[in-house]
Amino acid sequence: MAVTHALELTMGKATRDAFGAALREAGRTNPDIVVVDGDVHNSTRTEWFAQEFPERFFNVGIAESNLVGIGAGLAACGKLPVIASFACFIMCNGYDQLRMSIAFPNLNVKVVGSHAGISIGEDGPSQMAIEDVALALGLPTFTVIVPADEPSTHKAVAAMLASDGPAYMRVGRPDVPVVYGENPDFELGKANELRGGADITLIANGIMVAAALEAAQALAADGVQARVLDAHTVRPLDVDAVTKAARETGRIVVAEEHLIHGGLGSMVAMAVAEHAPCPMAFVGVQNTYAESGEPSALLQKYGLTAEHVAAKARSLL
Amino acid sequence: MSVEITMSIAELEERAREIRRDIITCTTIAGSGHPSSSLSGVEIMAALYFGGIMRHDPAQPEWADRDRLIMSKGHASPLLYVVLAQAGYFSTDMLPTLRQIESPLEGHPNMTRLPGVEASTGSLGQGLSIGLGHAFAARLENRDFHVFVILGDGEQDEGQIWEAAMTAAHYKLDNVTAIVDHNKAQQTGWVRDVLDYAPLAEKWRAFQWDVQEIDGHDMDTVATALRRAKAVEDRPSCIIAHTVKGKGVSFVEADWSYHGKALTEEEEERALEELGWR
Repeated sequence: MAVTHALELTMGKATRDAFGAALREAGRTNPDIVVVDGDVHNSTRTEWFAQEFPERFFNVGIAESNLVGIGAGLAACGKLPVIASFACFIMCNGYDQLRMSIAFPNLNVKVVGSHAGISIGEDGPSQMAIEDVALALGLPTFTVIVPADEPSTHKAVAAMLASDGPAYMRVGRPDVPVVYGENPDFELGKANELRGGADITLIANGIMVAAALEAAQALAADGVQARVLDAHTVRPLDVDAVTKAARETGRIVVAEEHLIHGGLGSMVAMAVAEHAPCPMAFVGVQNTYAESGEPSALLQKYGLTAEHVAAKARSLL
Repeated sequence: MSVEITMSIAELEERAREIRRDIITCTTIAGSGHPSSSLSGVEIMAALYFGGIMRHDPAQPEWADRDRLIMSKGHASPLLYVVLAQAGYFSTDMLPTLRQIESPLEGHPNMTRLPGVEASTGSLGQGLSIGLGHAFAARLENRDFHVFVILGDGEQDEGQIWEAAMTAAHYKLDNVTAIVDHNKAQQTGWVRDVLDYAPLAEKWRAFQWDVQEIDGHDMDTVATALRRAKAVEDRPSCIIAHTVKGKGVSFVEADWSYHGKALTEEEEERALEELGWR
């Protein structure tokens, strides 16, 4: 199941696939990596690590609170635990444990939530994390990463594993368009400019980066040059790039596959308000839960397409 | 490498009396805290740290092969701090700073601020899972250290305990011992009145743990049970230590409402007198 776009972007694999492949690759060079799973390794793709390193893989059953705590203990002993489940289950069911056992003692645990956002489609709202980024931002020691596509996720996983301290990474279920070439530059905390422009800036992450590029193309047809930033790291946010965009383009639209409150939009708005106030608009899931359905139809119904991004941009021009 | 402090039973009993004294004194100075929850676990902690049960070295709190003690019932922080200080992890001069700003002796344990504290706890239910993480790490690195986790009996209400119990049994983590400080009381009443989960030992047995049910205030019994638990193979161990909340201070023992209350200076005097310090 793929999220389709009108723009001529090549389809790539799902970001969960890139996570699984990058994790397996990292396991080959870093013997400290240990994976703890909540019985969804065939969904999160940690099974690829498990197949190659069964002795460093523990499926602890459908018990996310316990899963998170085990990660904390492993990190306290110097291992590099990667703990993974569906984003909604590990973040919501394991939240007190993420707070108390990992974030507060600042332990080096990497938390990966898959099947995030409404683009998982038919399984419906019980499985759709639309609040996971807000929750991760509520853990003050956590780095928060939302990569856009297969090549950048591959780099993001390596960067996350090389970083010190707790981190949350959100990955998705459907195949998504490739917005980067092979082996892209990727630095945690540094937004990537994917398109230049001086009239407005579209800041996005996850699947909304492709939508923002498509919106920029539509705007260009109207003679509006939109800058597009991939803010893959929500925290630490690239405040310099955001401030520069606000000063140079004077208008910002933020787009994310997440609740409209508490995610990237809120982070960018704070940075803009503090450093370079300018008109802004936001694309995200309004205060609602979604429903079952085909992913592209859901993104259309809940306002997460390139057309929605372009419309918000036009409202600022 | 290891410093196994091995006291005789009589010496351990005297050490327990000293631990009780310091728990009462530091919480009365602080004016708050959980002395009664601390007093019930004194014999367990004395035996672990001073009775030759735990392999540990206060001069090397990060030693990779040390045995671990995780105080999952984090509100018993006075007990943990007093024992660590008396063992030499930090100076006993710090005990009067309990709960004051800038002091690393926080209301609940903070592992980042104090040597010897293995886990930050205080949200109940979490210590056993953390202990399993240590146990998995031991297995991965072929280390033979043992992980002891002290649980409260009110804490048995938390579902995460039983998630961890299933996992430890499934993976045959025989390097884990859970000790339930079964002092029969919790914040708002007696355990049996708040949520009667009896029979407790049968539950742990049903979860495939080796279970010992003991008098948690008889030092010889406690030390023997801990030694046996450490030697159990192919399954994790649970010791249900029947204890008395506020043990050693008659008026606290009789009244569950002392949970979360420090003794007044006048009560402190009476308590120290009962313990033979006056």
